[in-house]
Amino acid sequence: MATTTTVIDRRLPKPKQSAGLWSDAFGRLRKNRLALFGLVLVILFLIAGAFGPILAPWDYKVQDLQAIFANGNRPIKPLSPGHLLGTDSLGRDLLSRLLDGARISVTVAFVVQIVILSIGVPIGAVAGWFGGRLDNILMRFTDVIYAFPDLLFIILLSVAFRETAFGQALDGLFLVFVAIGLTSWVTVARLVRGQLMALKETEFVEAARAIGVSDARIVVRHLLPNGLSPIIVAITLGIPSAILAESTLAFIGVGVQPPRASWGSLIADGEKYVRGDPHLVLFPAIFIALALIGFTFLGDGLRDALDPKLKGKQ
Amino acid sequence: MERPEREVSSADLPSIIELSPDEARRSSSESVTATGVTRNADKLLEVRGLKTQFFTADGVIQAVDDVSFDVGYGETLGLVGESGCGKSVTALSIARLVPDPPGKIVAGQIMFDGIDLLKLSNEAMRKLRGKEIGFIFQDPLTSLNPTLTIGYQIGEAIREHMGLSSKAARDRVVELLAKVGIPRPADRLKDYPHQFSGGMRQRVMIAIALSCDPKLILADEPTTALDVTIQAQILELIQKLSHEFGTAVLLITHDLGIAAGMCDRVNVMYAGRIVETGSVDTMFENPRMPYAWGLLDSLPRIDDIRGAKLRTIEGLPPLLIAPPDACRFGPRCRYVRDICREDEPELTARPGEGHLARCWATEPGGWIS
Amino acid sequence: MDQLTATAGAAPRVRPHDTKNIVEVDDLKVYFPIRAGIFKTVKGTVKAVDDVTFEVRRGETLGLVGESGCGKSTIGRAMIRLREPTGGTVRFDGVDLTSLKSGALRKMRRRMQIIFQDPYGSLDPRMTVGSIISEPIETHHLADGEAKKERVADLLRIVGLDPNYVKRYPHEFSGGQRQRIGVARALAVEPEFIVCDEPISALDVSIQAQVLNLLTDLRDRLGLTYLFVAHDLSVVKHISDRVAVMYLGKIVEVGPPDLVYTVPGHPYTRALLSAVPVPDPVAERKRRRVILQGDVPSPVNPPPGCRFHTRCWLYERLGKPENCRTIDPPLQVLTTDHRAACHWADEALKTDVGIAHLDQSLVRHGTPDSALELLKTGKATDVTEAEVAAAAPAADTGAPLS
Repeated sequence: MATTTTVIDRRLPKPKQSAGLWSDAFGRLRKNRLALFGLVLVILFLIAGAFGPILAPWDYKVQDLQAIFANGNRPIKPLSPGHLLGTDSLGRDLLSRLLDGARISVTVAFVVQIVILSIGVPIGAVAGWFGGRLDNILMRFTDVIYAFPDLLFIILLSVAFRETAFGQALDGLFLVFVAIGLTSWVTVARLVRGQLMALKETEFVEAARAIGVSDARIVVRHLLPNGLSPIIVAITLGIPSAILAESTLAFIGVGVQPPRASWGSLIADGEKYVRGDPHLVLFPAIFIALALIGFTFLGDGLRDALDPKLKGKQ
Repeated sequence: MERPEREVSSADLPSIIELSPDEARRSSSESVTATGVTRNADKLLEVRGLKTQFFTADGVIQAVDDVSFDVGYGETLGLVGESGCGKSVTALSIARLVPDPPGKIVAGQIMFDGIDLLKLSNEAMRKLRGKEIGFIFQDPLTSLNPTLTIGYQIGEAIREHMGLSSKAARDRVVELLAKVGIPRPADRLKDYPHQFSGGMRQRVMIAIALSCDPKLILADEPTTALDVTIQAQILELIQKLSHEFGTAVLLITHDLGIAAGMCDRVNVMYAGRIVETGSVDTMFENPRMPYAWGLLDSLPRIDDIRGAKLRTIEGLPPLLIAPPDACRFGPRCRYVRDICREDEPELTARPGEGHLARCWATEPGGWIS
Repeated sequence: MDQLTATAGAAPRVRPHDTKNIVEVDDLKVYFPIRAGIFKTVKGTVKAVDDVTFEVRRGETLGLVGESGCGKSTIGRAMIRLREPTGGTVRFDGVDLTSLKSGALRKMRRRMQIIFQDPYGSLDPRMTVGSIISEPIETHHLADGEAKKERVADLLRIVGLDPNYVKRYPHEFSGGQRQRIGVARALAVEPEFIVCDEPISALDVSIQAQVLNLLTDLRDRLGLTYLFVAHDLSVVKHISDRVAVMYLGKIVEVGPPDLVYTVPGHPYTRALLSAVPVPDPVAERKRRRVILQGDVPSPVNPPPGCRFHTRCWLYERLGKPENCRTIDPPLQVLTTDHRAACHWADEALKTDVGIAHLDQSLVRHGTPDSALELLKTGKATDVTEAEVAAAAPAADTGAPLS
């Protein structure tokens, strides 16, 4: 009579060759059509951002004066020879300008997230890990930042620094990145804090402590890998708001300086012609919408795929 | 200062010891305890060939597979088994609350008081739930709405199903709360669920379940989340009230001790099937299925001389995707023989009150007498 | 060991170390502040563990039983300093853990471990089984490279799992298997003392017995000492050499199960015993539940005097004696090794309240004698000895099945 303790229990779900949690998540993501659609849009967006100037039929600054004169100094309509999406009133190719704008949007998307991460993660991590008074101080500070009107802050910052080297860097974009980043790290800080607070109390962290694992190692080996997925989701979902914020600022004239144009300032420029030449507003708007949809779908898909609550339930 | 509340005990008995509820029932109502083979007219609930399946990405899970049983009027029937055996899904199927998708009742008949529940419209079924069939779930906190007062939540079903005026409904709520042993019931109508302790919340759940004088209560692990002393109070309350109102109870539990104390009859479920059924005394005195033996053996007991090693059931229950045509307990059974691997045994009669078991070894002529 | 009479407000005094004891707990207090408001000021104190003194003897299993919120898990954690005690001392093998610096404490952790209740929450979902079990080995530099791999495989075998599972993730395992992984992790540092915090209460009945047998097996084979924390009185009785019953932050009764379960000296112990369902309809019919008034009082403001007096049946029966309301009863010796914290333990012992339905004389089981006979003679199945032998090696190498 064998005792149970020596009998090897061998009923496991089919040994699908040990997929890690990340590849499991990717498997789930692949089954999600909307997320895949989002992923395709995001990839197109990134390609446009990276290779826009190479792909563009014209330089974004160049005016096709000949064509404009021929058209009686009016913007050229879409689907005209040489100008797939038409031109603006100065004869600059709209598609080329949109592709250059994509570069700005991509830079905004990522640089802002880096600013957010480098402020939000340390503040959230310190607050969450140490707790107590430090947590209290940091969180009241984030509350204050959160309560401050974002747009007002950004505009003030832009006006204050417009004439400085800081304000001129990257065609005036650097200032915008920093301003947007400074107002939106709060969400990530809170998220990281919440994650750490919750994870700190889990039994597996307690087990690590009981084993004698050092605090630093607990953070690196247990807390960060487990806290990562919501942060990835937050970043993915944070990108569209950064793009939107930049476009809004550009629309009201803050940020990128002419002759460069971001999608937001293209809309602002096109607004005057919206009756006769709606394409000048329509195409930038479509580009913005597609980018937002892409990141949002991908972010939602990632959230579903990475949600550990789904683990083992399928 | 927190003042411990004095409980208006379920019965204001003079002595500190309550009459065992079992005794109370037996003494005052002989007819109710009549169990075993009886006429169909005595059956409140008849489940025939129930099959409930879950359609998942990995395949079709046959959670409840061809299950048939009856519950008599006023009877307490236990559905006993381990997690995943299909006992909760059986209860959900009777209430037609199987989450769809992925679940679906694919076959069977559920006759409740002469009505075929599976043929009812959703609207008619909704009217029946809460009125004719009451529910008590495991976790009273998640089954109560935290944003509504207790008075409102109990009154909801009464107003919905009984058409009472709001004054009459309120009186009934107070009466019910007093019945389930909530002190100062009239003062607590305006309280919210979080203002009650776990045991008190479960009493509120019982009040809701009883609010419309249902004929049947489905109690799914009603005390699993509670401490042992509170558990004893709640079980006693269920037993006392079901007797008082003549309500039948389908009690789903993994705890054999609870089944032994509460039930008239017990069904043991394993891997989606009923593997043994009989009166509570027969089942505990002379179980006829190695799985039931294993369950009893693996239970440390409070009245056992300690030290002896537990005889365990090895391994795990089978996955319910495409179960083979063989005894489902066979792979874990210490008495398995060729016939068990080739053919699935039927539920066949054993000596004793309404005693049926699904086992080749203990059938007449089997290898275990 | 009988200087264990609890202090009533006296300054903590530490008894001399007895080498028979592996852990000695003196006047242990664990309080949690309740903070509220914008500035998180302390609004009150939860006295989770309040002035508790006891010891765990080398090689024994001490069961710690009580209802939720009584402080039993907090004691378990405070004993290995996973919770900081508010007062009192915990000495492990004579060394005061409460005064150890973090470096020294981390070294000490090799000798004491913990097994958790939740088989899902206690394993890091992002780590493979192999890395979960090697973490303690790496932390204490016990083995490297091949030797480490070998050690992990050994540990998996010891707890009854297939060593080929090292690359698997926790979510691929069932609850019982995960609990085995947790046991393997605790064993990896070769501890002397393990706190088992409700290790089987999240598992199914048949799986509970498997893990319980594993734990007793390991204890006997490796000479381990356990503190077994649980709410299930039957399980605690089964595994423990001594049992301590807790109520509202205090130990109210302690002694060998043969005494605590048959001649309980504390009215609360009797109330608990009277509430446990017995899987026997005959005993169930005889069972008389002792009614406890109301709910457990809040540990923020425990009642004065005996903490149990607000709900005590004996207090009512004796006509509410004054000392129950005013004096917190210390643990008093009833018989050798059996102590209860009740002024009126003698009165409790005169009754059969709570235990009348329990007939302790029989060893019960579900399997009928005829079947046991078959098992003994090896005729239960039609598998021959040769077939069993042929199948056996496969079970040990454990090639994954499809």
